[in-house]
Amino acid sequence: MSIVVGVSFMVGTYLIMARSLLSVVIGLNMLAHGSHLLLLTMAGLKTGAPPLLDRPETAFSDPLPQALILTAIVISFGITAFTIAIAYRTYKVYQTDDLEQLRGSPDE
Amino acid sequence: MNNLIILPIVIPAIIGALLVFFAKSQKIQRFISVITMTAILFVSIWLSIDVYQNGIQVIALGDWPMPFGIPLVADMFATVMILLSSVVGIFCLFFAFRTIHPNRERFYFYPFYFFLIAGVNGTFLTGDLFNLFVFFEVTLIASYILIVHGSTAFQLRESFKYLAMNVFASMFFVVGVAYIYATTGTMNIAHIGLRVEELGQEGVLNVVAIVLLFVFAMKGALFPLYFWLPRSYTGPPAVVSALFVGLLTKIGIYAIIRVFTVIFNHEISFTHNIILILAGLTMLVGVLGAVAKYDFKSILAYHSVSQVGYMVMGLGIFTPLALAGAIYFMVHHSIVKAGLFLFSGVAEKITGTTDIKQMGGLLKTHPAFSWLFFVTAMSLAGIPPLAGFFGKFTLIVPGLSEGHYVVVAVSLIVGLLTLFSMMKIFSYSFWGRQKHSASQAKIKTRDLLVAISPFVVTTIAMGLAAEPIFSYFLDMAHELLDPSIYIESVLEE
Repeated sequence: MSIVVGVSFMVGTYLIMARSLLSVVIGLNMLAHGSHLLLLTMAGLKTGAPPLLDRPETAFSDPLPQALILTAIVISFGITAFTIAIAYRTYKVYQTDDLEQLRGSPDE
Repeated sequence: MNNLIILPIVIPAIIGALLVFFAKSQKIQRFISVITMTAILFVSIWLSIDVYQNGIQVIALGDWPMPFGIPLVADMFATVMILLSSVVGIFCLFFAFRTIHPNRERFYFYPFYFFLIAGVNGTFLTGDLFNLFVFFEVTLIASYILIVHGSTAFQLRESFKYLAMNVFASMFFVVGVAYIYATTGTMNIAHIGLRVEELGQEGVLNVVAIVLLFVFAMKGALFPLYFWLPRSYTGPPAVVSALFVGLLTKIGIYAIIRVFTVIFNHEISFTHNIILILAGLTMLVGVLGAVAKYDFKSILAYHSVSQVGYMVMGLGIFTPLALAGAIYFMVHHSIVKAGLFLFSGVAEKITGTTDIKQMGGLLKTHPAFSWLFFVTAMSLAGIPPLAGFFGKFTLIVPGLSEGHYVVVAVSLIVGLLTLFSMMKIFSYSFWGRQKHSASQAKIKTRDLLVAISPFVVTTIAMGLAAEPIFSYFLDMAHELLDPSIYIESVLEE
């Protein structure tokens, strides 16, 4: 799992450095996936029974990381949708998706 | 258990959702907005008094026992920030009525205004690290929309960068949360504080501290991570910039102060020295940017970077007086800088530009506006008896007595340069030959000035009443420097 996290961080970082608007969005998304997986791995994978009260077992897995990740996934989903919308509008206005050309005015 | 604490979050969230349905009717929206903001203001005053008299108030959401449930914690620091957010919120609202274009009003300006307030209040009140992340996101999503609202070409371009930076920082927040959960096994800030004390803050916990510092420094625009701020704050209308500078950068600073007083307070020579170095660099780089710029809003935006440095400098020195000074400076800066951004909006309305080289002679045609600006600018530069002086004074005195001479020297130089760049605005745009046309000279600014004057009055009052305010803030600083008070009152709930 740690390797998967590392790879997705690597891919994400590489894509953020790219010049295209869309690959930045995808790169951010990869980073988000990486951090969610990291949260899952860090908290320890399945160690016991499902945390339900009427089970006979005494060792239960920790349900909190799943709840945290679910929240984080929903947030990153919403933000990704919004980012794509902004990226699309920017592309429509400037007629380019090259970040070099979106740097700002030449006199700044 | 005190149900009052949840109101500053719930009221704006519900009203924001409600306002979506009235988006087409300007009158109803304005009416509801004013009533709501007034209600929030009263709730936060009530909460402040309650906390002052009865100590820290805690509510366990869903009645889950601590440390498993999510607590909302109102201590003195949080209530001051809540009060600040409602004051800035209500003042900016009146200015928004006068300046926001009706088209923007129809396209859900007010709902997102309230979502922003809800997120900011939630950030100040929450006692759970993951919940802090969620409220950060609530705030940021509202801010993404407000910053791009109107979608001019400049706004679109800069918003995308702002968005990318913040999403990146948020991902690192999740990473920091993961590390903390792995090492301490809890998300409750008070409980984390307790666990870190038991474990001893070394090795991986120092790494976590720096990861979180990185995240909050990005949101609060500290030295290496400030570059997104000046551009993205110059794009949107003046009132949005004012609201952002008053509230949005403050949540980053608030989170730094909270985390580095309750959780990571055991390795002061390591973490707090890093904070001090960052503070010095932030001040210097920010003010140099301001000196170099000739755009009204850019100068103000670079200044807010440099003044963030003063706030974390107080945390870095880590004595009661310095911390009280830092919080006083936060409050002062929110009020003054929001006011100054509104002044830039007025100047833009009169002259149709924000470039100070193309302004001039405003003093002759709009004397009241000019003198009000002058008072506010002097307060920012730290001229007694205005509020800025006391903020800086109480940071410099403990800085000297603790032997942080370099940072103190930097902060004095920065104060001088602040004065210089404020005078630059004043001499270019208010003195000199009149550069705006006769019809522009007739533009009435009385309504706008009435909307700004509360900011000016507040900064004068804060300066004149510095003594009682400081005795209150010193109590708060003692409370912050003794995290066991916070930890016990949360865990006993």
